[in-house]
Amino acid sequence: MITFIRKNKKAVLLTILVVLNFCLAAWGNDVARGAAAGERQNKIEIKDFMFNPPTITVKSGETITWINRDEEPHTVVSVGKKFQKSSALDTDQEFTITAGEPGTYTYFCSVHPKMTGTIVVEK
Amino acid sequence: MKDHNHILHNVDSDGIDRRGFFKCMAWAGTGVLWTVSGGVLVSKTLAQIAKAGSLPAATDLSFLQISDSHIGFSKDANKDVTATFRIALDRINAMPTPPSFLIHTGDITQLSKPEEFDTFDQLLKSCRTKDVFYVPGEHDVLNDGGKLYRERYLRSVEAKGSGWYSFNKNGVHFIGLVNVLNLEAGGLGQLGDEQLEWLEADVKGLGADTPIVVFAHIPLWTVYPQWGWGTSDSERALGYLKRFGSVTVLNGHIHQVLQKVEGNVTFHTAMSTAFPQPAPGTAPSPGPLKVPAEKLRSMLGLTSVQYKQGNSALAVVDSNLS
Repeated sequence: MITFIRKNKKAVLLTILVVLNFCLAAWGNDVARGAAAGERQNKIEIKDFMFNPPTITVKSGETITWINRDEEPHTVVSVGKKFQKSSALDTDQEFTITAGEPGTYTYFCSVHPKMTGTIVVEK
Repeated sequence: MKDHNHILHNVDSDGIDRRGFFKCMAWAGTGVLWTVSGGVLVSKTLAQIAKAGSLPAATDLSFLQISDSHIGFSKDANKDVTATFRIALDRINAMPTPPSFLIHTGDITQLSKPEEFDTFDQLLKSCRTKDVFYVPGEHDVLNDGGKLYRERYLRSVEAKGSGWYSFNKNGVHFIGLVNVLNLEAGGLGQLGDEQLEWLEADVKGLGADTPIVVFAHIPLWTVYPQWGWGTSDSERALGYLKRFGSVTVLNGHIHQVLQKVEGNVTFHTAMSTAFPQPAPGTAPSPGPLKVPAEKLRSMLGLTSVQYKQGNSALAVVDSNLS
């Protein structure tokens, strides 16, 4: 029962956040496009040899940041060299890119190529 | 030992059972000598050997495999990897008959940093055995495609392509392969066409009775593909070696002793001198395995290999650092 309520609360919170996000985005579009775009956090956590979330959808011009939470170094390398690759990220090191042309981009860790992820860039 | 003997991956059950070999996985810290006697693979623990004094008395060639020193690593699994590497070197220096040379099967460093390579080179100066043959691990080629590694560690060999080579010692043909570069998304370790063509040509002129030792970082057999523990095109490489009577494959990368025999080919992975990794599939990821401090050294180690002319099989002995 308690978990149910908690989940519900989470859902409500999430809805509020999503709505807020939309408002911010709308505001950003009208008033200060660049600044608002920079404020949105597209974070991908690298943990247990996985990119999390494995697929992320962002808007062109937004930044995407990877952070390595493993004790093992990882890299972020675009399949087909569509965007700049990271150097080896040690524990807690970050790598940030700005999303460019709309499209679907796949990437992987060149050290552990089983690790793959996808970025969907929307207009 | 008996409790730990089981088949990990029965990739190709043909041949082995017919020949009466059995497959075994020898876990880290046990110290096992493998020999072929009357066509049957026999294993003995180091304790048994000490008792019976049955270690090959006179050998024509003995060399030592060290692996995965990960100089620069300083996380919980081992905060002082230089200290454990030093212990490994002390063990080598204390051997009554020093090995002819060392083979380092990669991951010299944690992050391919020049200062990490410097530390490794400095530590190695204390080793009585001076000849060392290398193959790179993925940790040695992180940011420059292996340029720095090649400049430092291939001076004494005639390396081709991204750093593969072969050499002969006492009638044994050694082949160092690179399977950590130009990896493809979603894939495993890879040798690539150029290297495979070179390998085919390299062994072409050799008699089938030439003992072959192949060494590379990532296992050349499929240990556990879910963790990337295998090499996608290793089957092709092994195809070129099929006609040889004795092939010994030495790998690192997985920081634990695993062994498999397939026909005339013995596959063996070595312990690390830095930190252990979990057994295949026993953890969410293959990241460094944290063990109690008093247990660490029993899970680190090195591998001694001995060859006596006339005996087709090479004796492979693992010993830990405790």
